[in-house]
Amino acid sequence: MAARKAAKKPNVSAEELKTFYRDMLLIRRFEEKAGQLYGMGLIGGFCHLYIGQEAVVVGLEAAAKEGDKRITSYRDHGHMLACGMDPKGVMAELTGREGGYSKGKGGSMHMFSKEKHFYGGHGIVAAQVPLGAGLAFSDMYKGNDNVTFTYFGDGAANQGQVYESYNMAELWMLPVVFVIENNQYAMGTSTKRSTKSPSYWERGAAYGIPGEEVDGMDVLAVKEAGQKAVEHCRAGKGPYILEIKTYRYRGHSMSDPAKYRTREEVQKMRDERDPIEAVRSMLLTGKHASEDDLKAIDKEIKEIVNASAEFAKESPEPAPEELWTDIYADEVPQEETA
Amino acid sequence: MATEILMPALSPTMEEGTLAKWLVKEGDTVSSGDIMAEIETDKATMEFEAVDEGIVGKILIEEGTEGVKVNTPIAVLIEEGESADDIKTSSAPAPAALNDSEGKAAAPDTGSTPDTPPTQPQVDTSPDWPEGTAMKQQTVREALRDGMAEEMRKDDTVFLMGEEVAEYQGAYKISQGMLDEFGDKRVIDTPITEHGFAGIGVGAAFGGLRPIVEFMTFNFAMQAIDHIINSAAKTLYMSGGQMGAPMVFRGPNGAAARVGAQHSQDYAAWYMQIPGLKVAMPYAASDYKGLMKTAIRDPNPVIFLENEILYGRTFDVPDLEDYTVPFGKARIWREGDDVTIVSFGIGMQYALEAAEKLAEDGINAEVIDLRTLRPMDTGAILKSVMKTNRCVTVEEGWPQGSVGNYISSVIMQEAFDYLDAPVINCTGKDVPMPYAANLEKHALLTTQEVIDAVKQVTYR
Repeated sequence: MAARKAAKKPNVSAEELKTFYRDMLLIRRFEEKAGQLYGMGLIGGFCHLYIGQEAVVVGLEAAAKEGDKRITSYRDHGHMLACGMDPKGVMAELTGREGGYSKGKGGSMHMFSKEKHFYGGHGIVAAQVPLGAGLAFSDMYKGNDNVTFTYFGDGAANQGQVYESYNMAELWMLPVVFVIENNQYAMGTSTKRSTKSPSYWERGAAYGIPGEEVDGMDVLAVKEAGQKAVEHCRAGKGPYILEIKTYRYRGHSMSDPAKYRTREEVQKMRDERDPIEAVRSMLLTGKHASEDDLKAIDKEIKEIVNASAEFAKESPEPAPEELWTDIYADEVPQEETA
Repeated sequence: MATEILMPALSPTMEEGTLAKWLVKEGDTVSSGDIMAEIETDKATMEFEAVDEGIVGKILIEEGTEGVKVNTPIAVLIEEGESADDIKTSSAPAPAALNDSEGKAAAPDTGSTPDTPPTQPQVDTSPDWPEGTAMKQQTVREALRDGMAEEMRKDDTVFLMGEEVAEYQGAYKISQGMLDEFGDKRVIDTPITEHGFAGIGVGAAFGGLRPIVEFMTFNFAMQAIDHIINSAAKTLYMSGGQMGAPMVFRGPNGAAARVGAQHSQDYAAWYMQIPGLKVAMPYAASDYKGLMKTAIRDPNPVIFLENEILYGRTFDVPDLEDYTVPFGKARIWREGDDVTIVSFGIGMQYALEAAEKLAEDGINAEVIDLRTLRPMDTGAILKSVMKTNRCVTVEEGWPQGSVGNYISSVIMQEAFDYLDAPVINCTGKDVPMPYAANLEKHALLTTQEVIDAVKQVTYR
């Protein structure tokens, strides 16, 4: 399997490894901070943290090129940071402030960046799957070679619209990478209790879509699989499925008491399979970086995250008039003449 | 540096909780992810994890304490070398989210308050095309196709997708000839998979295209309604104006003939309720064409509700290269002083027939065709009601939560003093559409019902 090959002889530069370390650490620290701000009441509603799954988006972003699109579910903070969106704007959206990516009107689950080709942030489980196929449709229609990374979880993978999308994506040869982030729990229901066939990616075969399972705790394996998938799409061969086995350390959302799995199970993943620790040890054992080098990165990340939290606290709440903007693109008042 | 650990909010609604159990004691070293305490929220017992590394310097709230307010300091984390005794803790809970904008946001469309006299509404009464324009006869079906084709010739990001739109030439022959002209890249047959292709259409619109998504009927769009509302209508708002879905969802709506309950629903009132959508429901062929062209050019998602019975109906259509009909502008089909009849779509057929018969009895009805329901030209309704002092609304949809209900409330608020009779809403009957020919007739609106309603409000 690709994962094992990569682990034996990583085909990666020291610089790239350091970038992976940095990017994954940024997500981890950002999410920890978001959890903290939630606890303080500064972030409201639902807040779904990405801690544990960092290697998925960081590995796949390494396979993307300018112009490629991405779309995901409500567990979206990691995807936004990985595609280069400003942590300040993301955190300020979490706190519902004017400086947020959606001016505070979207929140944790609904965030977008046209500039970074990030198309949300969608709160309805699996709705992003046909939307992602549609984004790919727009690139095919325009005749460029961009691809769309369409992320969804093992929970979404049982929704009917996923298979409607698979069918049309292969029928029309859409350049879309379907990324199943299998973190093994759909909210509190383990895949064993929700899904008869254990391999989600194999379902693509029914539609003629190739795919593979990937070790999502190994960022190099994810990147390698991502490159293969992207190459397939860019060559006009249609969609590709990556089922990335990953794990979330935290609850489904901040209000999840997590009684459906044992503490030991979580701790074991953290101790033995942590994606950031893996890169850290690769950097140190390969002598690509010293402890001091890594400490410097840790410090830099801490500063970025703290600055984002400060910004998110200080940015004002949106002006009351914002209630009435962005409903229509040409801003026609709702009742023009009443 | 010492850090205070605050009582966390562990659910969207939690304001206080019980500190059920400490799992660490003073002097313990903790690192990120270690469980520090168990906290009972309003919903469940939660494990509370450490975020920072450090030594538990002091526990401030004993276990078993109930009613601990969110953000109360519950413990202090210190670094090596620090002493817990040096710590000054804040006594008051830290402020939660800012709340500096309690002022009520004013709607841009504030109507007149009950104390102020109603003002004459501003109404656009300009003609839709220049006086003296030559007219030609066209069916609704042809007008719709011409409207779409003209826009597709001008803008190559516009494409049509749906079931049977291409090779079959349209289930109702609306897209006749379009595959030949535009090719299969732009006229696309989809599998029977409304949820999926509506979502693909919305995604394509996010990606910069201008899709026209045809539903074979709007009854089937219920399978896709999540994408119409959650994905298409709300994204512009949720993205702070960054991106939206400039597209048209179109297809026949409402009752056809003898197709039973699942194929006969009028969705006007449903879609009219959604901010972010625009909703057109034309009657005449000229409006089908002019509004379709406006819909395709509009940067927002537009619901275009057509009618199967009207498809074959012939009307005068202006013989112009390019004309459009604006949204939010009603059309006065007939002027009159005695009563205002407001309708749209196929309801106009009953409204116009009734007005003709009423004229024979000396009752002159003013007949307004709303043409679009969102935006709605309430100004035209109010202006007319201020003249006639009476109003009857006409639609095929169900009575509860109907378009007419909304119009009645607008008239009540804006022109109450002008009313000489209660507004009557003529609607379809409050039943699923029956199949039996006689029962179906009873379920549908009739011209006689409109006439009776007008006689009631005019006390004749």
